[in-house]
Amino acid sequence: MAHVLLRHLDVPDINKIDVYKKNGGFDAFKKAVTKMKPEQVTEVVKNSGLRGRGGAGFPTGMKWSFIDNKNWPHYVVANADESEPGTFKDREIMESNPFQFLEGLMLSCYAVGATVGYVYLRGEFWQVAAFLDEKIAEMEKAGVLGDNLFGTDYSLKIFTHLGAGAYICGEETALLESMEGKRGQPRVRPPFPPSYGLYGKPTIINNVETFTNVPPIITNGAEWYKSMGTADSAGVKLFSLSGRVRRPGNYELPFGTTFRELIYKHGGGVQEGRPVKAIMPAGASSSLIVVDDKVLDTAMDYATVRTLGADLGSASVIVIDDTVSVEWIINKTIHFFKHESCGKCTPCREGNYWMQSIVHRIHSGEGKQGDVDLLLNVAKQMQNKCLCALGEFATMAVVTGIERFPQDFKKVVKV
Amino acid sequence: MSLEKKYPKEVKQLLAKYPPEQKRSAVMPLLYLAQREEGYVNKAAMQDIAQLLDITETEVASIVGFYSLYHDEKAGKYRMQVCTDLPCALRGADEFLNNLCGNLGIKVGETTADGLVTLEGVMCLAACDKAPMFQTQGPDGIKYHENMTMDRTMELIEALKKSDVGVK
Repeated sequence: MAHVLLRHLDVPDINKIDVYKKNGGFDAFKKAVTKMKPEQVTEVVKNSGLRGRGGAGFPTGMKWSFIDNKNWPHYVVANADESEPGTFKDREIMESNPFQFLEGLMLSCYAVGATVGYVYLRGEFWQVAAFLDEKIAEMEKAGVLGDNLFGTDYSLKIFTHLGAGAYICGEETALLESMEGKRGQPRVRPPFPPSYGLYGKPTIINNVETFTNVPPIITNGAEWYKSMGTADSAGVKLFSLSGRVRRPGNYELPFGTTFRELIYKHGGGVQEGRPVKAIMPAGASSSLIVVDDKVLDTAMDYATVRTLGADLGSASVIVIDDTVSVEWIINKTIHFFKHESCGKCTPCREGNYWMQSIVHRIHSGEGKQGDVDLLLNVAKQMQNKCLCALGEFATMAVVTGIERFPQDFKKVVKV
Repeated sequence: MSLEKKYPKEVKQLLAKYPPEQKRSAVMPLLYLAQREEGYVNKAAMQDIAQLLDITETEVASIVGFYSLYHDEKAGKYRMQVCTDLPCALRGADEFLNNLCGNLGIKVGETTADGLVTLEGVMCLAACDKAPMFQTQGPDGIKYHENMTMDRTMELIEALKKSDVGVK
């Protein structure tokens, strides 16, 4: 089947504007601006069943329909802060199929009446931002971006904005704070960005992959999109496969594909032919799933993965084999979250600090009796007490690691 | 010299990205500009940016402190930042960093004697399928180096040594 998102795998040089145009590029945007009312665009996206690809899976069209039409101007911001350990899909889209992503962003701008759209990229994507700037200039030159588009009175500008190294800026309100020139710390919600966003104005924020789905949906229709995937999770998804597999990488597959197909057919199986011990389906912020044949045959969609006691999130599947100790894994994840906690909420700021000192003690062989219980206790005290999800994410691997792999902790704690 | 005098075109372009009454948004791109030459933001540059954007110097400093790609101290000409987060570590990143320390004769956080390279650990860079990998942050911006071997890394360091990027 032809790729919907990773079209560069089928069409060489699709990151060149002429090639993109020759292959139907900007047809959807032109159709929307010249033949559709903004709310009709939102309606098609709503009917397609498209859900946000950043991790939360919120219905995209519904989000767009929440835009407050009593308060102007409106903004649209693409979240290209991709920072979850295990996630590397948005970068491939922006580098290899940039126009489709930008066209999706432009369609969203038109749908909610925004005349300025921003792409917020993590600072490390310095080269990607420079590349997108070139592409934006090419679109302006080609007349698909700028003033009075296609002879209408609709005008649109797109700008890139570089972050500077902060995982928390992937959280939408922290991202907005960062764009406003402040430290990236989450806001209290509600109000949500569609009513109070960038500079206090109604703002739509979606992930890069989410936007990239929109042009083909407008071109081919909602029914076409819904014909792929499952009833709960329509369409295709990019699965970032990493860890101990032979062929790590991004794989575009319909929702409902099994873990087994992803890991063995596409990923080439586990290195040295070892068994899969655990899977983290949503990157470092994921719960750890104990893997058996039944788990491998589980369909990857939002609802079904939940039955395994985990979330699919951004579908960043980290594969862990039987040579790896779970105690080592949580040492890694806590190190990450301790560094990335923004410091605003006390349970996250302090909890990560104490979890790190306990897990370091355990990992270095200095663990005392009761340390594992203490770690679990601290993690559980952090849950449901923070403004954003980082406080939760930091505890997921800890709690599920200790509860589901107790043997990995017994051997490292002195009795 | 102020940023506006030194990079008039760039400063104007950066400010034009945001609504005129929201120029504070330009603080991040201006900080990148400020640390382009020296690799860090000095106090005078922070004052300069504060004045340009009508915010306090403390607010500018809080941005420098919060984000990991801004630095307020001089380091090597290139910061070599190796990702050792979970997915990279599952593909040998810790061992790679250790070997690199051995080859350069420095520890993480230290700078080579010739002032060329400061070695640092870094959080996930969204290149988990291409480990071992690192980024270099230097006068020519930020660059990714993926699927690295020790040989290729040492070759890169030799090339950086010979390069005259950033030399006035």
